[in-house]
Amino acid sequence: MAETTHAIRCEKITKIFGSVVANDQIDLDVRYGEILALLGENGSGKTTLMNMISGIYHPDGGTIYVDGKPASIQSPLDAQNLGIGMIHQHFKLVNIFSAMENIELGTPGKKLPRKILKQNVLELCEKYGLETDPEKPIHAMSVSEKQTVEILKVLYRGARILILDEPTAVLTPQETEKLFAILRQMRKIGCAVIIITHKLNEVLSISDRVAILRKGKSYGTVNTAEVDVSALTELMVGHAVTLEIDRPTPQEPQDILKLVDLTVRRNDGSIALDDINFTIRSGEILGVAGIAGSGQKELCETIAGLIAPSQGAILYKKENLAGKTPRELIDMGISMSFVPEDRLGMGLVAGMGMTDNMLLKSYTHNKGPFIDRAPSRALAESLIEKLGIVTSGVEAPVRLMSGGNVQKVLLGREIESNPHLLITAYPVRGLDINSSYQVYELLNEQKKKGVAVVYIGEDLDVLLQLCDRILVMCHGRITGIVDAKTITKEQIGLMMTGATAEEVMEYGK
Amino acid sequence: MISMAIVLKFIVAAVSAGTPLLFGTVGEILSEKVGHLNLGVEGMMAIGAVAGFAAGYATGNLAAAMIAAFIAGALAALIYAVLTIGFMANQNVIGLTLTIFGVGLANFIGVYMVSQTGSNNWQLPAVLIDQMKNVNIPFLTDIPILGKLLFNYDPFTYVGIIIALVCGFYLFRTKAGLNTQAIGENPSAADAASIQVTKWKYINIVVGGGICGIGGAYCSMVINGGIWINDCVGGLGWIAVALVIFASWKPQMAILGSFIFGALRILKFYMPSVIPIAFFNMLPFIITAIVLLAASIRGAKGSHIPEHLGMNYFREER
Repeated sequence: MAETTHAIRCEKITKIFGSVVANDQIDLDVRYGEILALLGENGSGKTTLMNMISGIYHPDGGTIYVDGKPASIQSPLDAQNLGIGMIHQHFKLVNIFSAMENIELGTPGKKLPRKILKQNVLELCEKYGLETDPEKPIHAMSVSEKQTVEILKVLYRGARILILDEPTAVLTPQETEKLFAILRQMRKIGCAVIIITHKLNEVLSISDRVAILRKGKSYGTVNTAEVDVSALTELMVGHAVTLEIDRPTPQEPQDILKLVDLTVRRNDGSIALDDINFTIRSGEILGVAGIAGSGQKELCETIAGLIAPSQGAILYKKENLAGKTPRELIDMGISMSFVPEDRLGMGLVAGMGMTDNMLLKSYTHNKGPFIDRAPSRALAESLIEKLGIVTSGVEAPVRLMSGGNVQKVLLGREIESNPHLLITAYPVRGLDINSSYQVYELLNEQKKKGVAVVYIGEDLDVLLQLCDRILVMCHGRITGIVDAKTITKEQIGLMMTGATAEEVMEYGK
Repeated sequence: MISMAIVLKFIVAAVSAGTPLLFGTVGEILSEKVGHLNLGVEGMMAIGAVAGFAAGYATGNLAAAMIAAFIAGALAALIYAVLTIGFMANQNVIGLTLTIFGVGLANFIGVYMVSQTGSNNWQLPAVLIDQMKNVNIPFLTDIPILGKLLFNYDPFTYVGIIIALVCGFYLFRTKAGLNTQAIGENPSAADAASIQVTKWKYINIVVGGGICGIGGAYCSMVINGGIWINDCVGGLGWIAVALVIFASWKPQMAILGSFIFGALRILKFYMPSVIPIAFFNMLPFIITAIVLLAASIRGAKGSHIPEHLGMNYFREER
């Protein structure tokens, strides 16, 4: 038997949701003083498995051993008592509470006086090399600060087994490095760490071993030292995949949209976009990088006509579009498509089928009070064929589809309207590697057709490979527009936190 | 000139008129703090009204009447809790249904009891009426002006204020209260922090319903001078729901809010008769509408509304 005790050992774990087998007899183990990366495509059951270890779900079959003993984890409380702490992908924090109130939440015993609690939190920070302001309310924190609170919350409860679900998805490269330093510190102290991530480079840099899940089944564990990116991809997908993203050279780019001195305020009066200037060109992909909430959303929505700017102009062939509604833009003959971040909230109507969702874009062209559904149904059927969308039928509600298929429906519908300008916000968020590459291909096709594509992304590796120019935002300002072929990831990371392009170029030397 | 005595009388009357609102508001705050909007306040108060009245009629004891009203209100809230927590039913629908059910049940029992008395009058025994008189606290009540202003109310008012203060302490000064608030703000965060979400939801909703029930007993027993009248709650439950917003979900603020609305309710007795009574009867409801409007404008700038109010929580939701 193993010499060291396993912190966690899963044996034949099975979880079924309705008719879907999310986890099928999965085996997994992690030891103390080690970082295990859990790798797999979307829907391969990683989060489900971790949720069972942390007591959110209950397995339908199999046994989880903690410290070598079979454990019955019925609730997060049980998990906590066993020393297991999970940091969820979507933070589980109470917005109106301060950091220390969130940390104290749900712990046994009496409510501690503020001073003592603050002292405890600061001591914990020191031990693990973390930084936080215990009195600061969560809603005033950046994503990375919130993550620190999540980690503190888990440590405060004395967790020795840490599970992190895609912790780096929302961090800049610098913040990611900081997080990794913390994780390494924990490994040194003797904690067991399980980290879920899609980013293979990170897997290689942080983990000791990698466990691979594919379609709800475990495909063994490898030592990180023995593999590279392409080997990991192959293990994850099941066959070799080319990881190159194509970047065709733009054909005769022409300015089609010019944003001049644009300032946009949010509903609460704060400034979302601060005096920005840039040009969007046809036949190229303009990437937008920035920490979440730096104004990307407002940028998209202003161009799409959903928000009126408080100052400045959006020029299209010398005509100012600022403040015009989407309907007015369509009437002016400007064909613009917007693929929003919130696909099922803003992009599609979740409870309607594909046909009806197609209809949303075209019903106003119908004459008379009645609706002709046949063309929309035909369009839906052609999209299923063209993009390989998996669905039980054109009338099945889109919310029942997987993330990748939902995105194909939305992107397909928008592309079918032959836009001049295509704005996409985080189009591959939550998609697995195959679907992501299909999306990149679709965008490149549009680019070749001469469409101006705006791509708001979070994975800098992708931005660097796919885009022609990258616009970097920080707190609603543009810190620079750079050539994607020459800039490095670190430089963009610095610009995301406020450095200007000039300063960054200095740093590069 | 308006004499001091009249002002004093007005304030004292306003506090009494606000007392049922205080119970309703504090009860509803407890429920909303765990994220459950219970529109059944009117119904829970009605059930409490008839239960308290019946217990008082049978025992002649005020404490017994209050306890009966509390239990009845709590049971009514339990129906709501089982349906919305256990079965994830829509909170608004269940709340409205509870109101219709509660008012109907109270009237049904009331009519039956009236028919049983023979005198067409279901009346509380005199011994109980005596207990509901304003409390005279030796020395304190005798202080000039202040004594009458602070220490001369009926027992319900004191119970209400104590309950409000205790609830305020519970919500904002104890760990259980912190946990409770977390549930209403973000139940999945509370769950992940190993708080027993379901258990605390039940506790808060059921206790909240019980508090509403006592408010109902005040309506049937005190307001109408010990004679049963159908529909005795008469819309106060609805004002209480609105007052929760006015009080920004703070029980201490509910004390102030309910006494202001109590003043509005009795204003008609102190105003010149040129203005029709109907106007004053309408006033609390108009002000309620204005309060809600003001709250929603203020709400745009971030108010204290529990983030998950009105949404049911299912742990394994994907």
